Amino acid sequence: MMNTWTYARNLVVGLWIVFKRTFAKPVTVQYPEERPYLPPRWRGRIVLTRDPDGEERCVACYLCSAACPVDCIALQAADNPDAHERRYPEFFRINFSRCIYCGMCEEACPTNAIQLIPDFEQSEYARRNLVYEKEDLLINGTGKYHDYNFYRVAGVRTRDKDKGQGANELSPVDVRSLMP
Amino acid sequence: MASQACATEGVGLTMATIIVDNKSYTVDERQNLLAACLGHGLNVPYFCWHPAMGSVGACRQCAVKQFKDDRDQSGRLVMSCMTPVTNGTRISIDDPEAKAFRASVIEWLMVNHPHDCPVCDEGGECHLQDMTVMTGHVYRRYRFPKRTHRNQSLGPFIRHEMNRCIQCYRCVRFYRDYAGGRDLNVFGSHDALYFGREQDGTLENAFSGNLVEVCPTGVFTDKTFFHHYTRKWDLQSAQSICSHCSLGCNTTASERSGILRRITNRFNSQVNGYFLCDRGRFGYEYVNSDKRIRHARVRPDQNRTKSAQPQEASEVLNIIGERLRSAHGLIGIGSPRASLEANVALRTLVGPQQFILGINEHEHQLLSKVFNVLQTGPVPSASIHDAEQADAVLVLGTDLLNEAPRLALALLQSIRQQPMERVDELKIPRWDEAAVRNAVQNRRGPLFLAGSQRTWFHDYATDSYFAAPDDIARLGFAVAEHIAPDAPTVSDLPDNVTILARRVAKSLSGAQRPLIIAGTGSGSLAMIEAAANVAWALHRQGKQSRLSFVLPECNSTGLALLGGGRLQDAFDSISQGKADTVIVLENNLYRRAEEEQVDAFFDTAHTVIVIDSLENRTTAKADVLLPTATAPESDGTFVSQEGRAQRFYQVFIPEGEIRESWRWLSELARAASQETDVDRGVATWHNYDDAVSATARAAPELAHTGKVAPSASFRLMGQKIPRQSDRCSGRTSLIAHLTVHEPPPPVDHDSPLGFTMEGYRGPLPSPLISQFWAPGWNSIQAVNTYQDEVGGPLRDEMPGVRLIEPVATQAPAWFTAIPHLFQPRSDQWLLLARPALFGSDELSNQSSAIAERIAQPFLSLHLSDGARLSLDDHSMIDLTLQGTTYRLAVHLDPYTPVGTAGLFLGTEVSSGQVPAWVDLFKAITTEQQRRVA
Repeated sequence: MMNTWTYARNLVVGLWIVFKRTFAKPVTVQYPEERPYLPPRWRGRIVLTRDPDGEERCVACYLCSAACPVDCIALQAADNPDAHERRYPEFFRINFSRCIYCGMCEEACPTNAIQLIPDFEQSEYARRNLVYEKEDLLINGTGKYHDYNFYRVAGVRTRDKDKGQGANELSPVDVRSLMP
Repeated sequence: MASQACATEGVGLTMATIIVDNKSYTVDERQNLLAACLGHGLNVPYFCWHPAMGSVGACRQCAVKQFKDDRDQSGRLVMSCMTPVTNGTRISIDDPEAKAFRASVIEWLMVNHPHDCPVCDEGGECHLQDMTVMTGHVYRRYRFPKRTHRNQSLGPFIRHEMNRCIQCYRCVRFYRDYAGGRDLNVFGSHDALYFGREQDGTLENAFSGNLVEVCPTGVFTDKTFFHHYTRKWDLQSAQSICSHCSLGCNTTASERSGILRRITNRFNSQVNGYFLCDRGRFGYEYVNSDKRIRHARVRPDQNRTKSAQPQEASEVLNIIGERLRSAHGLIGIGSPRASLEANVALRTLVGPQQFILGINEHEHQLLSKVFNVLQTGPVPSASIHDAEQADAVLVLGTDLLNEAPRLALALLQSIRQQPMERVDELKIPRWDEAAVRNAVQNRRGPLFLAGSQRTWFHDYATDSYFAAPDDIARLGFAVAEHIAPDAPTVSDLPDNVTILARRVAKSLSGAQRPLIIAGTGSGSLAMIEAAANVAWALHRQGKQSRLSFVLPECNSTGLALLGGGRLQDAFDSISQGKADTVIVLENNLYRRAEEEQVDAFFDTAHTVIVIDSLENRTTAKADVLLPTATAPESDGTFVSQEGRAQRFYQVFIPEGEIRESWRWLSELARAASQETDVDRGVATWHNYDDAVSATARAAPELAHTGKVAPSASFRLMGQKIPRQSDRCSGRTSLIAHLTVHEPPPPVDHDSPLGFTMEGYRGPLPSPLISQFWAPGWNSIQAVNTYQDEVGGPLRDEMPGVRLIEPVATQAPAWFTAIPHLFQPRSDQWLLLARPALFGSDELSNQSSAIAERIAQPFLSLHLSDGARLSLDDHSMIDLTLQGTTYRLAVHLDPYTPVGTAGLFLGTEVSSGQVPAWVDLFKAITTEQQRRVA
């Protein structure tokens, strides 16, 4: 007797919930017309950023490619003494058909150049279209980290910064002086 | 210059037991604690110590705690590199106080070290990085401004970034003390020390490249590598043998994306040890040269006026097959710069009667003589290691610094051998470099140099003698006569030469391990005989004498062992119509014989097949041109001047249709004998093992070439040995722009190595170690972990196989053909070739960095001869030889022997043969005369 009553009540409550939902607002998001909110540190498409001075941040140190667990990053370091006087990647290639968006490259990057951004829309019909070259990756901005400029704190000389002009650097030693 | 390597020789071995962190180890008593610990795989961080350069205790990084006995709990800190091993020494590496001390040392060394590892070429193989990690210093507490330095421009080989310096002094200790350089030094004081030159300029020493490996951080880095930089972990590497001189130094050649990226030293205790010369290290770029032949070419319509055009390899083979089948006589010209296997392949293809050595007549005679002396005499040839151990050295007529630089570096160590006796007497351990220097002061062991060109190397000689080749040979004979009175007598010897000969003889007789060095460079047969006489005379006195002959090219000995016809025979058989088809193997004949002769030879031959890697004048003459692999792109064997056969491995598969020469020749043989039997000869060679076993049968002396290295079927745990490191990157992306279908790595049927990162990782036989690496040791100093005793041979070392060992116990009859006293002529000068470190080697000249260092072509004359010809020093002249005019600078110096002239033509190839008598009055046109004309 008791059981029958419980079953009946549960049945009615259930039906009531279904009935109530009929008048509720649907939760379906009308993607792509409607865009979901993705937090800034969401790990999506990879970009190469520029430093606050507008120069490429990547110094072609190969750490991202070494960190990549699926080996989908390849680059070649080059040096153009006339144009740059600093090291940059001659080519920088990410094979997104292999990328697992783990963010290890970003973590390894000593110059904040490579960053994962909240963009996941990368579907393609052909795999070769998922191979991104430097011109596809490089953006005109600093990405998530606005202030960092590696060459300001590194000890090397560049086109626009002589020895001793970096942050926290003394001016070059005069070797010929024996003063204490 | 004191070295652990030295310590392993000499006085008897005594072992001691030391206790490290309560575990006992048996070590050699003549070592210091640091070397002993490293030898047992115990990680003690260090900077200033180097196995070849001993200890100075400058960096304080290798501190450990030493206890008096087992009751001593407090102990005291000692520098392990400065503490000798004694039986029962009780130390602790893990002691908290010692660890804290080492951490504070690295912290202060890192105070001014810049934050530039991402753009530093040393990153990833940096000793400083390794030691920082090993010591556990992970966080910089220093918050104040850092010291900076201006860099210097040090020439085409080395980049300089002084900010990174940690003041360990290794660079100056190597450059000045070990390699005898003068132009690198330490300047400044206190915490503002500067390691560099007095002013910007090229580092002059021939061994400057070793600074890259000696520097524990990135102050000195490889500039050629900088231009196509890749991290160490991304490099595909294999074991190579340097092909730029006859010494056969072991190198590691590294590649990525089809570009040969760099050469590093590969330790071989018997040959090059820890160091290479600059020609060997920076001469590799010819492999990436624009002049490379990458596709087979055929001259269309057999029309000699048209140039050869690229064609499909299979088609080319068909054409060659047809031509070979219809040929009336075939001759093959081998090469001293091609591998042993390639030469054997050619010999097998054309038949031993038609195989020509491909060296000029004179060189042929000299090589046969060298070979004869080593084979019939009782004195063995010296390895570079033997040369380092020699306690008296006589060099006859060879300009070592320019012809065999690594041997000159060995001799710079040998002059320390005799003073070392005093060091031993004083009971100073040989590794205690500062104390050894103090005891030795300026004493040097005997080193006598006889030659016709002065270099800085002569500064280290006991005595130097500058004379014409005949006179040098006479000095050699006179020395032999003073050692063994029954040796042939040299008549009318000038007094000063008699005194010198007596002095040399006395020094050599007083030594235990005298070494006599001669070579083919001077072109004098008598000089080789004189050297043999001296060495044999010393052998009769019961000395462990050694002979060393410097030869022209990397496989000259291999070629001599193989034996073959003379170049003149080839010219004759073509001109007489005995043959009409010729195969030239990796040889530019214009370097070997006179231009007219070679021109006539090629023009008369019906078909000229050339197999070579770089375009040159001979390849331009080819009717069929086949692109061959350079040493780093092929498997093969070179036999060094010592007679040591050493294996080199293919580093990568080059772009285009490039194959090894022996593979081309085997395919040629198959193409030629389409329908007939292919079950014998070179046609049966399908992989490298076939080539090796055929080579071992080619000559009795070559029987052991198979034992040089493991065969292709060699496996460890059933696996091949990878050429790539286990963190090699970019596998799924490197060629993704070409194809997204990742093709499997190429299979290597020729060696136990694989072109992958997969395979066996662990202890390897030494010829198969592609890169030295151990956990925690990413720099080249990881070699310590491959040795049982630091500085000693590698574990399971296979240092190559010596193919020529003396069998005779008694010296054969003396050589008696003593030349007459050299007489200068009134109108003619004896033209001698001047070898140059940069410029004399055919292949390295094509490397851009080396090309920058090649001197301007010059003619050197004695001051008095300059006056006779009314030439000013450094003036420009035109010299006409055999119809070709060369523009040369005049060098007048007091060392060039009167009546001779030294000729250096740079990259140009001499059309005439030297030595030769030339009327310089007629041959020289001065600037003034030209203007008048």
